[in-house]
Formats: sequence, C-alpha cells, structure tokens
Amino acid sequence: MAEPRVAVIGGGLAGLMAAIRIAEKGGKVLLFSVVPVKRSHSVCAQGGINGAVNTKGEGDSVLQHFDDTVYGGDFLGDQPPIKAMTANAPRIIYLLDRMGVMFNRTPEGLLDFRRFGGTLYNRTAFAGATTGQQLLYALDEQVRRHEADGKVEKFENWEYLSSVIDDEGVARGIVAQNLSTMEIKAFACDATIIATGGPGRIFGKSTNSMICTGFAAASLYKQGAKYANGEFIQIHPTAIPGEDKLRLMSESARGEGGRVWVPKSSSDTRSPRQIPEAERWYFLEEKYPKYGNLVPRDIASREIHRVCYKLKLGIGGGAKVYLDLTHKPREVLNKKLGGILEIYEKFVGVDPREEPMQIFPAVHYSMGGLWVGYETKADGEMDMTHPKTHMTSIPGVYAAGEVDHLYHGANRLGANSLLSCIFSGDVAGPASVAYAKGLAKGADSVDKSIFDREVKRMQTEVDGIAARTGGENPFKIVDELGYMMLSECTIERYNAGLKTTRAKLDDLQARADRAIAGDSGKVANQSLRFAHQLPYLVQLAKVMVDGALARNESRGAHYKPDFEKRDDENWMATTLAQFDAKANGPSLSYVPVDARFIKPRPRTYGAPGN
Amino acid sequence: MANEPIKIRIKRQPGPGVASSWVDFEMPYRASMNVISCLMEIQRNPVDASGKPVDPVSWDCSCLEEVCGSCTMVINGRVRQSCSALVDNIRKERPGEPISLEPMTKFPVVRDLCVDRSRMFESLKKVKAWIPIDGTHDLGPGPRMNEVDRAESYKLSECMTCGCCVESCPNYNEDSKFIGPAAISQVVLFNSHPTGAMNAGERLDAIMGEGGITDCGNAQNCVNVCPKSIPLTTSIAKASRATSVRMITNLFDR
Ligand SMILES: Cc1cc2nc3c(=O)[nH]c(=O)nc-3n(C[C@H](O)[C@H](O)[C@H](O)COP(=O)(O)OP(=O)(O)OC[C@H]3O[C@@H](n4cnc5c(N)ncnc54)[C@H](O)[C@@H]3O)c2cc1C
Ligand code: SF4
Ligand code: SF4
Ligand code: FES
Repeated sequence: MAEPRVAVIGGGLAGLMAAIRIAEKGGKVLLFSVVPVKRSHSVCAQGGINGAVNTKGEGDSVLQHFDDTVYGGDFLGDQPPIKAMTANAPRIIYLLDRMGVMFNRTPEGLLDFRRFGGTLYNRTAFAGATTGQQLLYALDEQVRRHEADGKVEKFENWEYLSSVIDDEGVARGIVAQNLSTMEIKAFACDATIIATGGPGRIFGKSTNSMICTGFAAASLYKQGAKYANGEFIQIHPTAIPGEDKLRLMSESARGEGGRVWVPKSSSDTRSPRQIPEAERWYFLEEKYPKYGNLVPRDIASREIHRVCYKLKLGIGGGAKVYLDLTHKPREVLNKKLGGILEIYEKFVGVDPREEPMQIFPAVHYSMGGLWVGYETKADGEMDMTHPKTHMTSIPGVYAAGEVDHLYHGANRLGANSLLSCIFSGDVAGPASVAYAKGLAKGADSVDKSIFDREVKRMQTEVDGIAARTGGENPFKIVDELGYMMLSECTIERYNAGLKTTRAKLDDLQARADRAIAGDSGKVANQSLRFAHQLPYLVQLAKVMVDGALARNESRGAHYKPDFEKRDDENWMATTLAQFDAKANGPSLSYVPVDARFIKPRPRTYGAPGN
Repeated sequence: MANEPIKIRIKRQPGPGVASSWVDFEMPYRASMNVISCLMEIQRNPVDASGKPVDPVSWDCSCLEEVCGSCTMVINGRVRQSCSALVDNIRKERPGEPISLEPMTKFPVVRDLCVDRSRMFESLKKVKAWIPIDGTHDLGPGPRMNEVDRAESYKLSECMTCGCCVESCPNYNEDSKFIGPAAISQVVLFNSHPTGAMNAGERLDAIMGEGGITDCGNAQNCVNVCPKSIPLTTSIAKASRATSVRMITNLFDR
C-alpha cells in the first residue's frame, strides 16, 4: 500500500501529538478542527502537567504516580494503561521541554515542579499560569513544521460529522462539513483518530470552551461505537459564575487561605464586608474542622451544592457562595495569586482583594468517553505499539484525549489530563499507522458508493433542518438540557430524580429532533450547525443519566446519598453504553476493571487538595 | 443607566465580498454581561431592535476567557476580544450611544463578525516559528535555561495570534505584504531559545526583504492594543538590530 492516510479529528493536545507521531512514522495526516488548532480548548489549562521527575529529592517515582492515579480514580481505571502513562510522563515532559515550552525553572536552570491535588509530591511541571496554552503552542509549532513539509494537511474550520463505515463494519473515512461554505464532503482514509475533547456543553455552562460539545463522540456512538463510564463527570468546587461561562477559580486561592462562607440568612442584602463575623456561616470549616476549606474537590463541591440547593442558603438565595481572601494583605495576594485574581477582576469587574469572590461548583471534565481497548504483553504491561491499542469498538477508528475513557477511572487528578491527552496521542498515532499498514486494501480502493451514501445521510439530516419550520430555537433547548443535567446528574444523584430526568430527556429528544435553524444564511450558518448537533447531545446526555441511574454505589465523582459506599463486589466494572435504535437510547453492559497490579483499598484521603 | 436595556449596532455582512450594513439590536440588561452574552441573546431571540425577525449574527468564540484569540472584533472602534469586553465598562465609553461591533478590517470577512485570519498562521510558517527537534524519541531533557531569560521569553510565548496588533498597524493591510509585528516577535522568541538559536539566520532571512521588518514604520500602535501586553516594539527593535548585523555578515560571506 502507498503511504497510510490517517484523519485526525481535533487539534488539541491529543490530536496534535497524534499528528506529529503519524508524520514521523511516514503517514499522511488530514487534520480536522472546528477552530484553527491553536485555538483549541487545551489553551484553557492553567495548572500544569504531572510527571514523577523527582527534581526535589523527595523520593517520588513513576510507581508512586501510578498508585496516586489509580487511588485517585477510586479503582475504576484499568491499570496497564495508567501504568504506561505514568511511566512515560517524565519522557513526555522532557520532550515538551526540548520543543521549547517555557516551563518555569529552578535556580539551577532545571525544570521546576509544584504541588497539586491527590499527591504528596512536587510532581507538576508548569509554565506560568498558562501551561495548557504553552503545551498546545509547542505541539502546534511542530505540526506546522510537518505541514510545511507536506506531511500534514490541515482542514481548519471543518467539522467532523460521521465516519464512513463499509458493509464489513470497517471505517474507511469520514464525512466533514466546511463551516464557512457549509459544504459536506467525504474524505477517504485508512484510519481515523477522534481527539475532539470533552462534552461540557451538555451541561449548558461549564469551565469548558464553547466548542466542547461532545458532538463527534455522540455521532460515533450513534454509529455503533461503545461509550464508557459516561456517568463520571468531574465537578470543580470553585468556578466564577458567569452569564456565558463558568470560569475556573484555581484551588490555590484556598491553598493561600481563602475561606468559603455564606450569610446566615439568605435574605441578608448587605454587602459582604458589612456582614459581621457572627452572621456568617463558614460551613466547610464548621463541618470539617481538620481540613476546613481544603477538603478534597468532590467533598467541597457537594457541601456547596447542599448549602445552596437543599438549605437554600446561597447568597441572596441563589447558587453562589463567598470565597473570601480579603483578610489577606494585598501584597501577599498579588505575589502569590496575581494571575487568577486578575481573571476574576477582568470578568466580574470587582477587585477580589477588596471584596469576597462569589463562586459556585462547575462541570469541569469527563472521565468517561469513547471506549478504547488496549493489548498487553506477556509481562502484563500495555503493548503501546499494538494496532488495537487505543482503537474504539469500530475497526479503524481510534480515540485519544479527553474523549477517550482510559486513564482516570472515577475521578481525575489535577494535572493528569494534559498528560493523558499527550500520552494517548503518542500511542494512538503510531497504532493507527500500524493498523493502516496491515490493511489488505486501503481506503482508496473502497467503492465510491460507500462514501456517497454517508455523505447523503448527513446532507439529508442537514437539509431537513434547513427546510424545517415551526420548531423551537436550539439554543433555548440546550439551556433546558443544561439545567436538567446540572440539577440531577452532577454532584448528588438520586434515583428518583434521575428517572424523572430520563423521562424528560425523551421529551427533549423529540423537541431537539424538530429544532429549527432560524437562519437563512448560506455561509457560516452557526444556528444550522447547532441545530444539527443538538439531538446528538441529548443522546449523550441519556448515556450519562442511564449510567448514573444504574450504578447503585458511590465512587469518585459519582455520588448517591442513598448508596453511600463504594461497592467493589458489584460495581468494580466499566460501564459500556451502546446505542439501541429501537429504544432510541443506550443499552448498558459492564466489563470488570483490570486491576492486575494494585489491589483495591478504601479511599480515605487524609490530605487536603485533589 | 445601569439597568437600561442594552443597545447594540452590528455591522453585518451576509457573506464574503458582499456589501455590509448596520443593524440595531436591543436586549434586556443582566448583571455581568459581556459582548458574547449579548450575541448569545441574539442567537436565542433573533430579532432586531424593531422586533423584526432577522438571521442570527455569526461570530467566533471558544475559550471565553481571553486565551484562545477567536473572538477578536472591533468594539466601539477599538479592536479587542469580545469575551472580555464587559457591557458595564464598554457602555461607559460612549454614554448614551449604542455599543458598536464590527469585524476586523485587515482580514477577509466570512460573515458578519467572522473573519479569516489564515494569513497570520501562514506568516508563522514563513518565519519557521518552531524548534527543529530531531524527533520525538527519548533524548532526555532540553537545554538548561536561567529563570530570568525564561521569564522574558515567556512573555513572547503568550501570543494567541488574535490579530489585534495587525489590525491596529497602519502598514498591515490586504494589499501590503508586511508580515506584521506578531510574527516578528515570534522570530525573537525562537531565536532566543538555545536550540532555536541554531537556526536563527533562517528566521532572520524570512523577515528581511519585501514585506519584512523594514516595512514597520514604528508607529507603536501594535504594542498599545496587544491584550497580552507583549512587548512588540522591543521585539521589533531586537529583530531590527539582528537583521542589520546579518545583512553585514551576509555581505562579507558573499
Ligand atoms: C479551565 C480548565 C483548566 C484545566 N486545567 C488543567 C490543568 O491544569 N492540568 C490538566 O492536566 N488538565 C487541565 N484541564 C483539562 C484539560 O485541559 C483538557 O482535558 C484537555 O486540554 C483536553 O485536550 P484534548 O486534546 O482532548 O481536546 P481539546 O483541547 O478540547 O481539543 C479538541 C479539538 O477537537 C476539535 N473538534 C471538536 N469537535 C470537532 C468536530 N466535530 N470536528 C472537528 N474537530 C472537532 C476542536 O476544534 C479541538 O481542536 C483543564 C480544563 C479546563 C476546562
Ligand atoms: S502579539 Fe498580541 S495582539 Fe498581536 S496577535 Fe499576539 S496576542 Fe494578539
Ligand atoms: S510599530 Fe511597526 S508593527 Fe507596530 S503598529 Fe507600528 S508599523 Fe505596525
Ligand atoms: S473566546 Fe477565546 S479569547 Fe475570547
């Protein structure tokens, strides 16, 4: 066969790393992204990237990183891939360093590392407060170099719509839409890597970028791919409520002494600094005297949620609590928290050094995603070069990055995602080339009708929406979807509420299926595009809700007050959702977790953070 | 005036190369709105100020926290990011007048407020804005750097290719070949990296000659509008010195 052609969908950290590796292996990359890849969501990450380099002489090791990640994920993560990822983390950080990432340095000129949640070691490399941006740019630059050499062809401003699957069930290419001209077209390729990031938009507002919709994953799921652990969604306790987005307020604000409180009466309308100490309720400090405001993420999120929704004691009765730093001297704040305080100041228009910040938990990350497999070698380690490693359940389609399900179990540790994204691209890229090289016949020799029928299927869907009248505005429907999912499928989950939500989702599905674009524009028709995506997002929401409903235990981010304990006997299993056309929703099955290296133990965290 | 309905005038253009026109919109005020939340409101309820249904407005955005560069547009006559443009602040700029939104003028309009900035990415290709590593295989750590130099370079590495600088530059337009301040600053960034310095000459060559650094008229507009406070004119001065030196060495090499 000629040079293998691989379509990489997504130019975040995962997609770009995959593209670089494919180019190095002699493959031709078609790189698709809805935005210029340099604007991908990965730019938002601030904190850093984990790797046990042990520059501080603390005795950190890759095995300790492995254990922290498995334990942090509450023993839901398959262990061979996690072991491989943590073992490769130092190499990946060094590689990024060689690519020119401006990581902070020690006085000796070595890479500096800082503390993050879920570990006792300084294991997080960082570049100022914009680590994700710096890593993305470094990979973007390397891809541009391969592009200049003709090994990568970029299709920016193109949206992946679906995969072209032949009669044997093998993927032979993709169908994509040009978001300016709205043209829909097929691209033949021997393998595809989906690296499209997380599904934050399903929850209406989140810490995610607007382009993190989950659409590509949902589309592949509807074509038969398995979606794993959809019910595991991470909620970050401290985000800045906004009209348009919930911007992250880093954990370091609490690390530097930030105190969380609400007025004792929700009808108290005084400005916060006017409210005397005796009339404030420091609820975290009261309930957790030992850890106070530095309880782990899931606990802090649950408590804030309870105060606002169950006790109705949020500020002014709404969904907000104070995160207060005003007792700290200005100079100290500027020195230690300058960057993040400026974000608050810029977007809220209030100086957090003078007035307590108003924050609320927000949907942040999806541990679940497209199911991908892995092969192991005789010694039990993951086989990183096997063509089936990182492949989804559809032959020829791989997934990498936040959109895959592989590395974080039931809860992701901070700074492990930038790592898993890059590592998964590093693995999936070469695996896809190995697969393509082993194909008996390449995508070029597949009958044209196979491509035409998929283009027609997508064109029909889009034309149907454009021609439709009388339906609802898709942006209003997604607001409802977000509200539903936020109130019932985030921090606390009850079976009764989940059942009602599930019924409402069926109703919403019918409305989403009839949504209109309300835009007659022939180019850059963003409403048409969103009306097309919306029904898919509702399908993915059903996967999350059904997964949560079925899982009668509490594990990591999945918390059911009525089933408060982790139940390893029945639930140490990966949830697999597969689309069932008759039910117009998922059918669920389970496979046991691969815990061959570390025996499960109770997750009792003493330490603050995570 | 704080809670008064928000009035916005948007310069609309249904597609590339066709005429544009101003359309007025009005919407209820809510606390802490930014320009993006106003545009989202139009998506939900696409009617103009007179209540007449119109096509919703197209614009680009992604991160909503001024780090991706997507949402750049000209707001009240000044180029900036629409996600960090808070209604409370920008209404004060022109009391009593509607907020005005226009697409950037230095790039081809795709539709409404969306423009095509691919020229900026092409410039990055031209100046070889990357570190030419041997490969991704394990070669150990990169070169040591002192923290002071690192911090200087870090400032330049925050450029999000948003286009504010070139929008404000009198010498950058659709007819000129000028490569623009952002790309010149990237040359300085990569040439100051220990590995990048090995190919410094190539990058300098790329900004010498037509459309290169001598097209800069030193008007300083760029540095004043950069949302990341990148010291663009300092970069231009450095690059200018380096290219002069290179010109002389090239002369002797001949
Ligand atoms: C505010 C914030 C802070 C964070 N901080 C950290 C941190 O400090 N450390 C850490 O480890 N993690 C952090 N995370 C998590 C981490 O940033 C993300 O999980 C990670 O960047 C995801 O990378 P990705 O490559 O999978 O996808 P993304 O970066 O989301 O990229 C997805 C790509 O897919 C493209 N795309 C999407 N759909 C389509 C489609 N249909 N067709 C074509 N292209 C498509 C997009 O254009 C984009 O190029 C943070 C997350 C947030 C929200
Ligand atoms: S230099 Fe500044 S203004 Fe110019 S593109 Fe970069 S970030 Fe934008
Ligand atoms: S200093 Fe040079 S690059 Fe900057 S605005 Fe002026 S002419 Fe343009
Ligand atoms: S949306 Fe990213 S900079 Fe405004």
